[in-house]
Amino acid sequence: MRFRQPVIEKNAILLLVLTLITISIGGIVEIVPLFTIETTIERVNGVRPYSPLELAGRDIYVREGCYLCHSQQIRPFRDEVERYGHYSLAAESMYDHPFQWGSERNGPDLARVGGKYSNDWHVAHLDNPRDVVPESIMPPYAFLGHRAVDLDRLADHLRALRVVGVPYTDEMIADAKADALAQIDPTADATALLKRYPGAVTGGFGGSPNGISERDALIAYLQMLGTLVKFRDIAPEDLRQ
Amino acid sequence: MTAAISAPASAASPASEPYNEDVVRAFMVATMFWGIVAFSVGVLIGCQLAFPALNFGLEWTTFGRLRPVHTSAAIFAFGGNALLGTSFYVVQRTCRATLWGGRGTAWFIFWGYQFFIVIAALGYVEGVTKAREYAEPEWYTDLWLTLVWVLYLVVFLGTVLKRREPHIYVANWFYLAFIVTIAVLHIVNNLTMPVSFFGAKSYSLFAGVQDALVQWWYGHNAVGFFLTAGFLGMMYYFIPKQADRPIYSYRLSVVHFWALIFLYIWAGPHHLHYTALPDWAQTLGMVFSVMLWMPSWGGMINGLMTLSGAWYKLRTDPALRFSVTAVAFYGMSTFEGPMMSIRQVNGLSHYTNWTIGHVHSGALGWVAFISFGAVYYLVPVLWKRPGLYSTRLVAYHYWIATIGIVLYITSMWVAGITQGLMWRAYDQFGFLQYSFSESVSAMHPYYLIRALGGACFLAGALIMAYNLWRTIREPMVTRYVSAAAIARPAE
Repeated sequence: MRFRQPVIEKNAILLLVLTLITISIGGIVEIVPLFTIETTIERVNGVRPYSPLELAGRDIYVREGCYLCHSQQIRPFRDEVERYGHYSLAAESMYDHPFQWGSERNGPDLARVGGKYSNDWHVAHLDNPRDVVPESIMPPYAFLGHRAVDLDRLADHLRALRVVGVPYTDEMIADAKADALAQIDPTADATALLKRYPGAVTGGFGGSPNGISERDALIAYLQMLGTLVKFRDIAPEDLRQ
Repeated sequence: MTAAISAPASAASPASEPYNEDVVRAFMVATMFWGIVAFSVGVLIGCQLAFPALNFGLEWTTFGRLRPVHTSAAIFAFGGNALLGTSFYVVQRTCRATLWGGRGTAWFIFWGYQFFIVIAALGYVEGVTKAREYAEPEWYTDLWLTLVWVLYLVVFLGTVLKRREPHIYVANWFYLAFIVTIAVLHIVNNLTMPVSFFGAKSYSLFAGVQDALVQWWYGHNAVGFFLTAGFLGMMYYFIPKQADRPIYSYRLSVVHFWALIFLYIWAGPHHLHYTALPDWAQTLGMVFSVMLWMPSWGGMINGLMTLSGAWYKLRTDPALRFSVTAVAFYGMSTFEGPMMSIRQVNGLSHYTNWTIGHVHSGALGWVAFISFGAVYYLVPVLWKRPGLYSTRLVAYHYWIATIGIVLYITSMWVAGITQGLMWRAYDQFGFLQYSFSESVSAMHPYYLIRALGGACFLAGALIMAYNLWRTIREPMVTRYVSAAAIARPAE
């Protein structure tokens, strides 16, 4: 009897190998099918990679640990759908490296915060949340307004994401800086940007004394969250996983 | 086979080389130091939720940047140093062999691990994070930890391999499972693509729903293997030593070991109930989480029943009280966990402070208490002192910390259920009754109670640090006679 405990506990290598096998089964059974079952990600239209400015904003969202208080995942409950909007789809975070679904709601869910508030509201709220929401316990993020986004590095970020599977084209990478500038400037010609990134929110996000501020980028990201999928065009059977 | 489980009474010949106790001593000091750091930052960020002015308007002190400092300090710095230190102590004693790889390797692991903690924490306050809960360090820190951790595995396994005892003691099964599983989890969950070789930023290899499950497969098994299997190893050595009784049941330890490590790994999806994760995966996660209750309680029963015939020692040995209370909290948390993993219960509890309360009944009640029990036992042994400076201070620590935990978890239960019910409440006209901000305001009194509970726990740890400091400063006993640990090295 090779696999009786009195044998195993006298053989460290056997103990190690059997432990490794035992702990591998569950993970393999649960994780591998998520990559192979095609319906895991619903086939809906509209989800696209982040524009360079939105991506810079998302990086700031990650950096500041926003996910520790804000979820981005609306559950299919009556109250959540009324409070936040349509329940979240897997497709809506298919380009999210990493996912930001969160685990806590010290603040409200942000999966569909895009378009709910004006850019000016976001500027005021980020600078001092209690100016617009007296009950808020969120830290102030005024420093974001004084810090410039490094536009020359944006292409590097797109390139790294392409390696992990986000379909950024050569053109998107080459024009990353121009696209960011076009998105921030209300007077700029945003045709090329909107062709590449349909539904990107353009215009002034408050600005900064020295170019595009981190606050601008963050607001550009927040303003597109949950807006890409047009649910009126979708039938319930399209959402079956 | 029972010889490996029950303490062999024969006075075995001492090991040819002396045990490496220097590095264990260093780990004990680091455990206390990082414990106090973790508890202090916890109290601060708990207070930030009650009084946002405590974010100080500085980017480095916002809740979002300090929360990973707290969680990493508690899990990896405090818990990790306790695990590395006790595992090095236990594996030498139970294998009757000095650490494989010599003193230099052991010291490299010690300093390498402290370096990991420091660069991770400095990164967090600077905003360097992968934004994966309990796996926040960026790629370069992850690579460094991988190196240190694999070396740790090699040293531990090497020591087990050169043992001079026929059987591998049960504590070492758990320590070994903890070390090797954490290596697997750490490597898979942290696969990322750095933006540049000279920059900190990287992007996860996985995206969206797959990324979510990989992360919670990691996240829940950080609980299952770091905070459970590792500390069960601690339990299986220190409770029998403190109680001077053999483990209650060898058979139970075998069954619950294999069941625990098999079932735990499936439990991750219960962090993703009602999300965009497909239902089949959620259901698997739920079913296995509920099943996990049984091996968890197998461990609890084995720990508690070891005190059969020795319960009276709780009256005179407050350090043993920590260890035993820890096992009781372990039993409570491992009942609460499966309950919260049931989808419908999770519908109420998820995203609320109930989760925070649950985590802390495990982290404070189980992880910290079993560590305190072990450290109180080890410090006089390692520093060759006749005993602790003051058992009365241990008793104070015990009661202050226990009251702290009770305040913490009860306030978070009430807070969490209140949040969950307020979010789903409808008024008589069929509208949502409360705005989100009303649910935030409702938390304020519970945050205050929680902060008080956390402050009690911190105060207890400071008492402990003082007591240990005084113990170490007591005159050394030249000829060590009191404890059986040295005289019987084969345990």
